[in-house]
Amino acid sequence: MAERSFAREVEKLRLGAGETFRGEGILAITKALLESGVGYVGGYQGAPISHLMDVLADSQDILKELGVHFEASASEAAATAMLAASVHYPIRGAATFKSTVGLNVASDALANLASGGVTGGTLLIIGEDYGEGSSIMQERSHSFATKSQVWLLDPRPNHPSIVKAVKDGFALSEASNTPVMLEVRIRACHVTGAFETEDNVRPPLTVRDALEAPRRKTDRVVLPPASYQHEQEKIEKRLPAAKSFIAANRLNEYFGPETGEIGVILQGGMYNGVNRALERLGLSDLYGDARIPMHVLNVTYPLLEEEITGFCAGKRAVMIVEEGQPAYLEDAIGAILYRAGSSCKLIGKGPLPMAGEYTGQVLLDGMVTFLRDHGPSLLPDAARAPNAEPKPEVPDLSGVVPGRPPSFCTGCPERPIFAATKLVEQELGPHHIASDIGCHLFSILPPFEIGGTTMGYGLGPASASAFKADGARRSISFIGDGGFWHNGLTSSIGNAVFNEQDGVIVVVDNYYSAATGGQDILSSRAQNKTKSTNHPITQAVKGMGVEWVRQIDRTYDVNAMRDVLTEALTTEVTGPKVIVASSECMLNRQRRERPLRAKAKKAGERVVTRRFGVDEAVCTGDHACMRLSGCPSLGLKHLDDPLRDDPVASIDETCVGCGNCGEVADAAVLCPSFYRADVIDNPSAWDRLTARLNQRVIGWMQNRRERSKLRLHESAHV
Amino acid sequence: MFDRGERPDAPTIIKLAIMAVGGQGGGVLTNWVVELAEAQGWHAQATAVAGVAQRTGATIYYIEMAPDTGRAPVFSLAPAPGDVDVLIAAEWMEAGRAVMRGFVTPDRTTLIASTHRAQAIVEKIVPGDGTAPAEEVDAAVRLAARDLIAFDMQRPAVASGSVISATLFGALAGSGSLPFEASAFEDVIRRSGRGVDASLKAFLCGLDGPSDEPATPVLREKPAVVGTDAQLAAYAKLKDRLSGLPEPAREMAAAGLRKVVDFQDVDYGGEYLDLVDGFAARDGHPEALLTVAAAKHIANAMAYDDVIRVADLKTRRDRFSRIDAEMNRADRAMHLTEFMHPRIEEVCSTLPARLGQWIEDRPRLSAWLDRRINRGRRVRTDTIWGFGMLWLVAGRKPHRRGTLRHRIETEHRDRWLEIVHETLATDYALATETLNCRRLIKGYSDTHVRGNSKFDKVLSALPLLEGREDAADWLRRLREAALQDEHGKALDGALKTVQSFTQEPAPAP
Repeated sequence: MAERSFAREVEKLRLGAGETFRGEGILAITKALLESGVGYVGGYQGAPISHLMDVLADSQDILKELGVHFEASASEAAATAMLAASVHYPIRGAATFKSTVGLNVASDALANLASGGVTGGTLLIIGEDYGEGSSIMQERSHSFATKSQVWLLDPRPNHPSIVKAVKDGFALSEASNTPVMLEVRIRACHVTGAFETEDNVRPPLTVRDALEAPRRKTDRVVLPPASYQHEQEKIEKRLPAAKSFIAANRLNEYFGPETGEIGVILQGGMYNGVNRALERLGLSDLYGDARIPMHVLNVTYPLLEEEITGFCAGKRAVMIVEEGQPAYLEDAIGAILYRAGSSCKLIGKGPLPMAGEYTGQVLLDGMVTFLRDHGPSLLPDAARAPNAEPKPEVPDLSGVVPGRPPSFCTGCPERPIFAATKLVEQELGPHHIASDIGCHLFSILPPFEIGGTTMGYGLGPASASAFKADGARRSISFIGDGGFWHNGLTSSIGNAVFNEQDGVIVVVDNYYSAATGGQDILSSRAQNKTKSTNHPITQAVKGMGVEWVRQIDRTYDVNAMRDVLTEALTTEVTGPKVIVASSECMLNRQRRERPLRAKAKKAGERVVTRRFGVDEAVCTGDHACMRLSGCPSLGLKHLDDPLRDDPVASIDETCVGCGNCGEVADAAVLCPSFYRADVIDNPSAWDRLTARLNQRVIGWMQNRRERSKLRLHESAHV
Repeated sequence: MFDRGERPDAPTIIKLAIMAVGGQGGGVLTNWVVELAEAQGWHAQATAVAGVAQRTGATIYYIEMAPDTGRAPVFSLAPAPGDVDVLIAAEWMEAGRAVMRGFVTPDRTTLIASTHRAQAIVEKIVPGDGTAPAEEVDAAVRLAARDLIAFDMQRPAVASGSVISATLFGALAGSGSLPFEASAFEDVIRRSGRGVDASLKAFLCGLDGPSDEPATPVLREKPAVVGTDAQLAAYAKLKDRLSGLPEPAREMAAAGLRKVVDFQDVDYGGEYLDLVDGFAARDGHPEALLTVAAAKHIANAMAYDDVIRVADLKTRRDRFSRIDAEMNRADRAMHLTEFMHPRIEEVCSTLPARLGQWIEDRPRLSAWLDRRINRGRRVRTDTIWGFGMLWLVAGRKPHRRGTLRHRIETEHRDRWLEIVHETLATDYALATETLNCRRLIKGYSDTHVRGNSKFDKVLSALPLLEGREDAADWLRRLREAALQDEHGKALDGALKTVQSFTQEPAPAP
C-alpha cells in the first residue's frame, strides 16, 4: 500500500475523448501511456516518478479491462529487461524510474535492448532528480542515450507537450526500431496542469497474444556476429530513420520571429524558465511571444544538422541553454556549425554556469550577459546600464537561519536504531560505519552523525567489504529493506558470506520501500491483492548462508537494539552478523491506523491514544534527549522563570507516542522527565472502576501530604 | 539588479511561493490556492519538489496564476529571487530563509508569515540555548517585505483542531493580495470535504489576524500560599527580609526563595537568604549584578535534582491537572507511565549520609546491589501502587538534610561560594561570572556528571585569569563554550586559548 491513496487519480485514467484531465504531470504521462495503446508497463519507484507506479498499482481494474500488464519491477534493471517483450513483438512497452541512479542500474539491460533494437515502441520514462531538493548525485542521463544510441526526448514542461511526447516517443521508437527515453525533470513531474484527453486504446497485440504465438529471430540476439551487425544497423538504418521521423513530424519547435541577428537554442525542459527570463527583460510575454528566435529541442538526441544550421544561418550569435554537464549539446552543435562552415558565434557555458541547476536567477543573469555582449539594442535601458539603485540593506541571515535538511519523521522506527547505535559507540568506541540509500541515510546528519559513505542502493554492506582484518574492530553497515530486495541480497549479503566477512550488517526493515512513498516489497507485512508479500528477510539471509542472524521485532526497544548490536560486535562467531530490525514505517502506519481509530472511536469502541509529555520542573534543560532523538515533535520551550536560563524539552500535539523518548531516557539513563499518557476513549466499565478507585486513594495521599506542607502554587505558566 | 523591463501592457500574473516544513500542510495549502484561482476562472500552475517534504525538511511550493484570456500562459516552475509577489512562510525561520534567498523584496513582496518557531535539529541538540535569534529575522523581514503580515498562526490552528495551512490560507485571504473575495476562499475549504469545520475555524483566525491575547497566557497574579498559621507566619517573615536586599535583586531573590522553600521548607529558605545576604552586604554595584547572580544560582544549587524532588514533583495534584489539560483528557480515562532508571548511586544518595557513604566505599557490595537495582522501571502514577511508591519516596523530604546527596551538594555549594567570596576581594565582575557558572550543572546521572566536570574545568581557569582586566569576560566565554556541545570540544579549545595567552603551564586535568 502506497502512502498516498490514488483513488481519485485512478478515475482520471478513464477520461475519454474531448474531456479535460487535471492533475500532476506524472499522472498526465500515465494517462498518455494508456491513450498510446501501451501493452505493458513496469518500473521501479523513486522520486519523481513514484506516483506513476502508485497510480498504476491502484488501477488494476482499468488495466485488466484494457489487457495491459503492469508490474512493480524488482529494480530498474529488471524493468528495462522487461522491455525485451517489444524486441520481437509489436507491443508497446514502457518502463519508468528515477535517473541517473536508475539508468546506472538499468544500463546493462538498456545496452542489450538498444543493440538488438525493438519492433514494438519502447519508452523509458526517466524522472530527472537534478537540482534543488535532489537526493542523488548530480549527473546527466544524456550520456546513456549517446553511448547506447537511444533517442532522448526532453519536452517543454507543460501537460499537452509532455503527453504529445509520450505518443511521439512510441511512434519514433517504432519508426527507427530504437528504444526512446523521455526525460522529465522533477518539477515537471509534480507540476499541475491540464490537457484534453483521448480515449484509451487497447493494445492491438497483448502480452497474452504474444505468449500464445511466440516468435524469435536469431539476428536480434546480442552475440557475434549479430552484435557487429547491430552497430552498423544503428548508424545506417536506425539513426537516419529517426532523423527523418523527427524532421517530418516537427518534434522540435520554433518560437518568436523567423529571423533575427541572435537566437536561442534550448532544451525543451528549459523553455518555461528561458521564456520567463526573456519576459523579465521585456523580450517575451506570458504567452511566449518572444522577440528573439527560439529553437526548442524537444529531442536532444539525435540532433538534426539541417535544423541547427538552418536556425543559425544569418545569425551573429546563438545561445545554447543546456542544463548540467558535460556540455554535450553545445559541443555537438559547435561541431555541426564548424563542419558547415558557419560563422555564427556559439555562446553557452560561460554566461551560463557549467554546473548546477538553471534557476530563474541563473537564466536571467546568463541571458543579460549574452544580450549585453551580442544584442545590446534588445536590452531594456536599465539592464544595459545598470543604475545602482539604493536598496535597503537587509541584514545577512545566513548565520541565523538554521539548515533544515530532511530527517526522520515523527515516531520513525529507525530513530531508536540509531539512538542504540550511538549508545553502543559511547560504550565500545567509534566504528567504521557504512550507510546505504533510503530514509535510514538521514542517520548521517545531526543528531546521530552515523555513517561515512553511501555507495548505492543495496550496496551498504558491500561498501564495507574491504574492511576485513581478523581480530580488529568490526565494521557496521546499514541496508534498508528496499535496497535489500533491490540487489542487496546478492551484492551485499551473498558477497559477505562468500568472502567470509566478519562485519555487522543491520537490515532496517520498515515493511515498505518507505523513502520512495511506501510501496510494498517482498517482505511487506500487508496482504497485497496482486503481489506476493510476507517473505521474511531472515529466511532469505539464512538461505544465503548467514549463520548469525537476529530478528528484532520492535525497534523502539532501545535496550534490546543496543544489546543485540553489542553482541554482534563482540561475539566470538566469525562470518557476517546480520540483525534484521523491523518496525512499521510510522508515516504509513498512521495513514493506515488513523482512520480506523477515528471510526472505532465513533462506534463507541475502547480506543487508546498514546502521547508523551515532559515535566517541565523535572527537566533541567540539558537536551541530552534531543541528541538521541531529533524527533520533530520534541522541541524546546523557554520557561517564564527568571531562575532558568536554558529552554526545557517540550513535546507537542504531533507526538504519536512511539515510545522512543521513554526508551532512550531509560537506556541512556537520562532523566525522569518524560511521561507517557494513554488517553482512553470509551473506557470500559473496568477502566472506569479502577480509575475511580485509584483516584480516590491517590487523592487521599495527596491531601495528607498537602496538610503538612507549606504550598506555594506554581507561579509560572499554564 | 536593474529595473524590470516588462512591457506596460504586460498581462496580469501573480507569483506566490510557500515555504514550509514537512507536516505543515504546505501541499494542501498549495492545492487550495490552485483550486481557488481556477474556480475564479484563472489559469494556475503549482509545483514543488515533494517527497522529501514528508521527511520534515524545508520545502518550497510555488504557484503562478493569471486570468484566463483564452491563451495558454507559459508559467515558470520555480520562484526566482526578486520576482515573488506573495510569500507565505509557515514558520519564522522559514520567513528568514525566504528573505535570505531573495524571495522577499521591498518593491513587490507581501510576506505572510507565522511567527511561531519549530526548531531545527541543530538548535535542539545544543546543551545550552541553541535557538536561533528570532529578532534578527524580525529586523530583516521588516526591511525586506513591502507588506508584512506576521503573527503566531500555529496556535489558533492547533486550538481549532486544524493545521497551520488553514490559518495561512485565512491570512492570505485577509491580506488582499489575491483579487478574490474571502467567501471564495471559504468555498474551497468547504469543497475539500475533510475536516471542514476545524479548517474554517482556523481559516477565520488567519483572516482576522492576530488576536489581542498574549502569546502564552501567563498567570501573573501572586501565587497563593497555603499552610498552617505558623508556616505562613514564618514564610511571611522571610519575605520581609527581601526588602533588605538591593532593589534590583529582589525579584530574583523572591523567585529563589519560593523555589528553595518549595524544595524543602521555610528554614531552608532562611539558609538561602543568609547566603544571598552574604553577597548583598558586599555588593556596591548600582545594578547589584552580584546579588542577582547569587540569588539565582544559589537557589538552583540548593534546589538540586534529587530523587525526593522528582518524586515530590511527580505526585503533586497540580501536576495531574496540568497533564489533563495538556492531553485534552476531559472525562476520558488516562493511564500515566513514568520512565525511571534508578542506579545504586541514586539509592545511596537518598540514604542517610553515613550509610550511603559506607555502601559507596565498598565497590563489590555496591556493584552487587546495582545489579539488582539498575534497570528501567515503568511506574504507573495513575495507580495506587505506582503513585504510592513515589509518594513514599517524596515523604523522605523531612529527612533530606541527612542524606548523602545533601551532604555532597552542600559541600560543593560551599566550596563554590567560598571561591566566589575570595574572588570578590579583588574582582567583582569575575566573582559574578563565577556565580553564573553554576548554569553548567544540570541533568541527571551521566549528564549531571558531565555538567559537574565542565563546571570544574571552567573554574580551573580561575587561577590563570585572576588579576587580568578581562578575566570576567574570559570566564564568560569559557562558560558559553561549555554550553555549545555535549563533549566540551569548544570548551577545550577555549581553555587552550586561555592557557596560551596566560603563559602558564596547563592545569592538571
